[in-house]
Amino acid sequence: MSALLNIKGMSHYFGGLKAVSNFNYEVPSGVIYGLIGPNGSGKTTTFNLITGIYTPTEGKIFFEDKDITGQKPYKIVQAGIARTFQNLRIFSSLTALENIKIAKHFSSKSSIASSILRLPSFLKEEKSTKRDSLELLELMHLANRADEAAKNLPYGELRRLEIARALATKPKLILLDEPAAGMNPKEVDELMNLITRIRKEFNVTIFLIEHHMKVVMGICEYIKVIDFGETIAEGLPEVVAKDAKVLEAYLGKRGA
Amino acid sequence: MAKIKLPKFPKFLMAAVVFYLVIQGLYTTGIMNGYLLHIINQSLIYVILAVSLNLINGITGQFSLGHMAFAGVGAYVSGTITTLIFKINPSTPGGIWIFIGAILVGGLVAGVVGFLIGFPSLRLKGDYLAIVTMGFGEIIRTIFNNIDYVGGPRGLLGIPMYSNFTVIFIATVLTVIIIRNLVQSSHGRAMLSIRENELAAELVGINTTKYKVLAFVIGAFFAGIAGGLFAHLLQLAHPTQFGFLKSTEVLIMIYVGGVGSLTGSIIAAFGLTFLSEGLRIGIRALADATNLPIGGEWRMVVYALLLIFIMLFRTEGIMGTKESKLLKLEEVD
Repeated sequence: MSALLNIKGMSHYFGGLKAVSNFNYEVPSGVIYGLIGPNGSGKTTTFNLITGIYTPTEGKIFFEDKDITGQKPYKIVQAGIARTFQNLRIFSSLTALENIKIAKHFSSKSSIASSILRLPSFLKEEKSTKRDSLELLELMHLANRADEAAKNLPYGELRRLEIARALATKPKLILLDEPAAGMNPKEVDELMNLITRIRKEFNVTIFLIEHHMKVVMGICEYIKVIDFGETIAEGLPEVVAKDAKVLEAYLGKRGA
Repeated sequence: MAKIKLPKFPKFLMAAVVFYLVIQGLYTTGIMNGYLLHIINQSLIYVILAVSLNLINGITGQFSLGHMAFAGVGAYVSGTITTLIFKINPSTPGGIWIFIGAILVGGLVAGVVGFLIGFPSLRLKGDYLAIVTMGFGEIIRTIFNNIDYVGGPRGLLGIPMYSNFTVIFIATVLTVIIIRNLVQSSHGRAMLSIRENELAAELVGINTTKYKVLAFVIGAFFAGIAGGLFAHLLQLAHPTQFGFLKSTEVLIMIYVGGVGSLTGSIIAAFGLTFLSEGLRIGIRALADATNLPIGGEWRMVVYALLLIFIMLFRTEGIMGTKESKLLKLEEVD
């Protein structure tokens, strides 16, 4: 069986700078896949390439065996890849509930005319959108925040809201860009539980970027380590953790 | 005893009917004069302009500075149609329907122009978009100024007077209802998400280009309607009515009222139109009473000062982003 996400020979240049060099990924369905590397190694660029914010200079991206290279971001989301951002991108003056509802918009069927006339079909759909969105907030322990403007939520809840919003698009693959950034140890533990739980409950494949070694080593089943746009190691967590090149990239060269 | 659930009569429509009856009553009994009714008509047309611009600037978060150009398209197109028809035969039957048809055609043409301008310019953001829309607006105004067929710099004259309080009122109420229902639907939420964070909107599957263009086209359509009503109220369409400065007036209305609040736009459209006229009377009265050498030009000084104070003390506008209960639709449960 071929992988859910298959990236072949992907490179990306910013002018003369090679941000990503000849990357190959095979993310099988159902795993938690970790991408790690020092700052500036090309991790977020990789996510931006997969989600269509940038088009790769070279190489191809296949999702469920379909070529999605160079497609518009919203088309890629509709195909089943959702993401969160390293620096949160929440619709901050809207409520938590509205944040989720917006992510359900592309699957809504009500036409503009039926929305303006508020036909029964429109009202019925609004009702089911609201119910589904509340259910999702409930699962993320945010139900009591539904009508709160997102900008008033604390940081940890915003992280969960962003994950909830990504899940609302009903993705098959979810890309998490440093989900543990800025969290305290307790919140990190909760996050790890959450990630394993959403994989089970939503039946999604998870591809995450993380600096937090506890998260990476604790939940990822396959890890790829990159530095300066090149892959330096990949494999099971135990193997990667002992790799000499990885230790060098993170800790520096012995005796240097 | 079981309660019989009566369908609720929409609050906004009820308020609108009351408003209409009061104004119409005051006018027909002669308590209110034609001048005041004219100011009310103007205010209502400004409501259409402000609410439709708010859809573009406030709800979708794009910055258009050429809104009056679309009103100009509506005014010139509908004005040309009606003058042509009534020039041939002044007593053409069904005049009011021809007039309504002409207004709608004017709106549609404005919508098409909105699409043609919006499609290429909406790739730009913020200040850049503002400059481009201003440029396009001035191009449209210059075109009117240079077509002899529609009067060139003299303007299009002799447009039949078909706009009256009833027609303008109905058009305004319909505009507000349509835009409100749109904003408070899934499509409206898609537009709001673009204002909030365009990249995030795109990455939850929203075709942001489509919704930006859509907001622009709908806004232009209603501006065109407003322009047509104006032309048939003043019985002329003049290039200077549709320039950049006039667009700024509408822009000020949505900022004073509160960006993103339709209620605010309605209040500000009425408030500022009345303020501007009230100052005209007030300053003349003051000059007469005190014999001070203050002329009509002081009107704009006071007007501008008041605007500065409003913005200093209520930066978010009169309403902020809140809506009046009258304009809020029932939550679905």
